[in-house]
Amino acid sequence: MSELNTSGLNAAGSPFWPRVTPGQRLVLALLFVAVAILGFMTLNVRAGWAFTLPFRAEKVAAMALVGFAIALSTVLFQTLTHNRILTPGIMGFDALYLLLQSTLLLTLGRQFYSQLNPHIKWLSEVVLMTGALCGLYYWLFLRQKRDLHVLILVGIIFGTLFRSINSLITRMMDPVDFDVLQDVMFASFNRIDSPLLGIATLLVAVISVWVWRQRYQLDVLLLGEAPAINLGLNQKRLTLQLLVAIAVLVSVSTALVGPVTFFGLLVANLAYAIAGSHQHRFILPMATLLAIATLIGGQAVLEHLLHFGTSLSIVVEFVGGLFFLWLVIQQGRR
Amino acid sequence: MIQVSSVTKHYGDTPVLRSVNLTLPDRGVTALIGPNGAGKSTLLGIMSRLQKPDAGQVLIDDLDVHSTDNAILARKLAILRQDNPISLRLTVFDLVAFGRYPYSQGRLTDEDTDQINQALGYLNLHSLKYRFLDELSGGQRQRACIAMVLCQNTDYLLLDEPLNNLDMKHAVDIMKLLRRAADELGKHIVLVLHDINFASCYADTIVAMDQGRIAHQGTPEELMTPAIMRDLYGIEMSIQRIQNKPVGFYHL
Repeated sequence: MSELNTSGLNAAGSPFWPRVTPGQRLVLALLFVAVAILGFMTLNVRAGWAFTLPFRAEKVAAMALVGFAIALSTVLFQTLTHNRILTPGIMGFDALYLLLQSTLLLTLGRQFYSQLNPHIKWLSEVVLMTGALCGLYYWLFLRQKRDLHVLILVGIIFGTLFRSINSLITRMMDPVDFDVLQDVMFASFNRIDSPLLGIATLLVAVISVWVWRQRYQLDVLLLGEAPAINLGLNQKRLTLQLLVAIAVLVSVSTALVGPVTFFGLLVANLAYAIAGSHQHRFILPMATLLAIATLIGGQAVLEHLLHFGTSLSIVVEFVGGLFFLWLVIQQGRR
Repeated sequence: MIQVSSVTKHYGDTPVLRSVNLTLPDRGVTALIGPNGAGKSTLLGIMSRLQKPDAGQVLIDDLDVHSTDNAILARKLAILRQDNPISLRLTVFDLVAFGRYPYSQGRLTDEDTDQINQALGYLNLHSLKYRFLDELSGGQRQRACIAMVLCQNTDYLLLDEPLNNLDMKHAVDIMKLLRRAADELGKHIVLVLHDINFASCYADTIVAMDQGRIAHQGTPEELMTPAIMRDLYGIEMSIQRIQNKPVGFYHL
């Protein structure tokens, strides 16, 4: 057994603190999450604990859920595509979401748009986005028998199409309408309401349990196509299931807070560097914990220390975007 | 026993395999030889289910390779391709441990660990166990990959050009090792080789392919003749006996 332990927990793969085992690293990440939550809950309390704690707890839950879903979907997508600079966003999710919003706004008018029942709106967004992606999979994989790369390319093209239609619509829009739209164009972690959170948590939980049971299969998938077939993995089935899981996760988080582009990339790559193991049983929890800690900690600093209001998503996207450029330059050098 | 019956494969309009029929014995080393583009790698790919044939079927111990459950086949035959672009940063031990996946589904038992250590010992990799693959030389990495497929504990081992990019010493080491695995562990090893002298010295059976067909099949003694080599490669070759093995000279 000693052999096994040193192998699974051999942390020399990480450039950071080579002697800390992956298990200990997860505990550290958990501590970070705890500190972030504590900070968010207790800093700068003005309105009295009885009001502040439940009010902020709900926000914490929302951010934790969104961070979790984004991190999980990004790592799964990168494992599936064997590519560490892609995110599910490349498949045009955010573009479809924005197109949906602008079409609704244009056809219904801003009065009616703001009065839409949020639950029905959210559910139909999730169903529509998941449905669109599954339709694409069905058509390309099962009818046309194309491979994953064609699927991603088609996703990119659809994304561009959606974006172009969206910009056409916004050009035709009333400036006041555009103002309303601009509000949903950037992710906001402050406007989630609790009944939505319940359903969303349930969905994400079901998917997470399934993903956790596939953690060793995911390791094999990462080896590449031929070795995975050699080791007896049913690659086609796993790929389809993963794509559906990713579609649901991304739809859930996008419909909750709006489009987030670089955040998943940031936490997934941090997790690869820090987790100290290539195995998904360490990478997945690490990425999700980092995502939760970053979101909640970032919000705590911005909102309660610097009093910046709701611009966390913009900061995250800025840092994530810079990180993306750095990754691309690094890969180019190799 | 591996039975290939009327396997046909086209890439676009170009036929690569033209109704290939082939029966290979239960054990020993079988070398697939032939000029470039003869269809050796494609045939091996189809035999190992990495590629699908346009028509025909492959039976391994009476299991149809293309319709039997992948997980069952993973305990029956192992395949190693000529290029193993593993993007992961893995240690040798971790890579070899993947060979136990068909049995353990990722959760290694003590028996799995024993098997991994045996495979590492067999390939003389114990000292490199915790080294990362990208820190190894080509020969060492090839040995690690072979350790992984040995660890899979299958009756059949299919290797596509295992000597590619190896220097003479490492090539000889690998061939000796495969010969030993066939003799001591009773495995049936099928491999694509470019160097006919390695095929002649180490294989029990040679299968020569040309233009998508099986041109000849037999022992090294039967196949290593100037006439067959001229027919296959279009060059004059003098066959001499060295340590009782037929060896071809074509370098002058």
